[in-house]
Amino acid sequence: MNGLNIGVLAVQGDVAENIMATKMAMEELGIEGIVNEIKNPEQISDLDGLIIPGGESTVIGTLSLVNGSLKKIKEKIASGMPVFGICAGLILLSKKAKDRVVGEMDQPLLDLLDVKIERNAFGRQRDSFESEISMEKIGVPKFQGVFIRAPSIMEAGHNVEIISKFNEKIIAVKQGKILGTSFHPELTDDLSLHKYFVNLVNEKN
Amino acid sequence: MIPLSGDIADAKGTIKEKIESYSIKRGTSTLKRGFAHMLKNGVVMDVTTVEQAQIAEDAGAVSVMVLDKLPSDVRKAGGVARTASIRVIEEIMDAVTIPVMAKCRIGHVYEAMVLQETDVDMIDESEVLTPADEFRHIWKWDFTTPFVNGARSLGEALRRIEEGAAMIRTKGEPGTGNVAEAVTHIKNVNTELRKIKSIYDSGDEQDLVSAAREMKVSYSLVEETASLGRLPVVNFAAGGISTPADAAYLMTLGCDGIFVGSGIFKAEDAKERAQAIVLATTFWEDPDKVKEAQKMIDERQSMLGLDTKNLELRMQERGSTA
Repeated sequence: MNGLNIGVLAVQGDVAENIMATKMAMEELGIEGIVNEIKNPEQISDLDGLIIPGGESTVIGTLSLVNGSLKKIKEKIASGMPVFGICAGLILLSKKAKDRVVGEMDQPLLDLLDVKIERNAFGRQRDSFESEISMEKIGVPKFQGVFIRAPSIMEAGHNVEIISKFNEKIIAVKQGKILGTSFHPELTDDLSLHKYFVNLVNEKN
Repeated sequence: MIPLSGDIADAKGTIKEKIESYSIKRGTSTLKRGFAHMLKNGVVMDVTTVEQAQIAEDAGAVSVMVLDKLPSDVRKAGGVARTASIRVIEEIMDAVTIPVMAKCRIGHVYEAMVLQETDVDMIDESEVLTPADEFRHIWKWDFTTPFVNGARSLGEALRRIEEGAAMIRTKGEPGTGNVAEAVTHIKNVNTELRKIKSIYDSGDEQDLVSAAREMKVSYSLVEETASLGRLPVVNFAAGGISTPADAAYLMTLGCDGIFVGSGIFKAEDAKERAQAIVLATTFWEDPDKVKEAQKMIDERQSMLGLDTKNLELRMQERGSTA
């Protein structure tokens, strides 16, 4: 088939928003392809790129483990498939996560992105915030960051490129074809990050 | 797509602050409704203790709702049902990483303020507790913390959204273990949505105005809802859900997720049931997986439940005319 096949992991969370944003990004870039919900492990092998959306990382991780998706996703990303993890998705990609209050977590993780995450790093829902942030490194000088019970990156390995910080906390990173943000681009009208990801997927093809 | 905008001008709950050189905003509609979006396709479980909250988290609950008593015990105990002990809520917030919600009485502005100061992630202005104001709900735009409200009709749902609710759930009949009322409510809302959608599609604005008048809600919100053909916020099912099949059925009716009240911790097999209901909610489109989930529970261990026809207390009627 011609065109890209991008999936959004559809276990739990804001799946529809990411499908919409990715479709619109592809349209604006004039790149052909399809964007589908990924509900079972059999759908993973055909993908050119995957978005792991926002939601609850413990829920998405546990259920992906139960239906066997987690292993498939890990193999596929390890073999070079581009992936974009948003908030809960960023946590799932990481090698280690601890909660700001509860401490060390024993939750299923993909262990692919060489970062240590602090969950709920900015506080609880009342502390959730919107702020303008900058991602100069990927050509996006201004972006509206929507942070909802957001995680941050406490430590990043030497092969991890830091794309953005908010008040000294790391909020966006890239390691090879793995992209992760602690904020929610799919909840804004700005398609810059989804376009950046679609281009990343397109480069590979 | 569910829109995230909806802010009213100068909502008191929206706070502008400076952090170093950053100008930030808290409590915007995007943040409140966006929080509810993150719960989609998940199960929120009622809990009364830290132990129950941990069972819920381990089972894959997307959030827990802290109550003093489970709805079926509220029904048995009678008297006045109020918000849960703050100390218990705090203990649970310290023990689990998933969001923690708590209920306040309908119209009880200060119970809600106390919950906001406690830093719960969402407040449920709930008919399970004894209403504090028979005529008015809380004006939720004054809060930075998002609210969820119950509704059994479209008009009720839209009136709550107009007051600032960031999420809606059906009322059902709480604490009965009987899903019938939740089914009726979601079907009512769906039928009413189809009705205003068809009026909108016909272009008959005058008819849409009368629909708004009937529902006692602003024209602009009715118009927005009619154009979407769904509620403009995340909508969960609640009230009487006891089994995996109950949860899966409500998902097929177009709900974005599930609240389970007494159904889990009033059953004898709470741990397995909690997991099973999560599985059925996640994989509701696959009957075989729902069967596997249903197999994890034992019907002999379900809560007995009540016929909703002869109840002395119909919680769903609380606050529904306001």
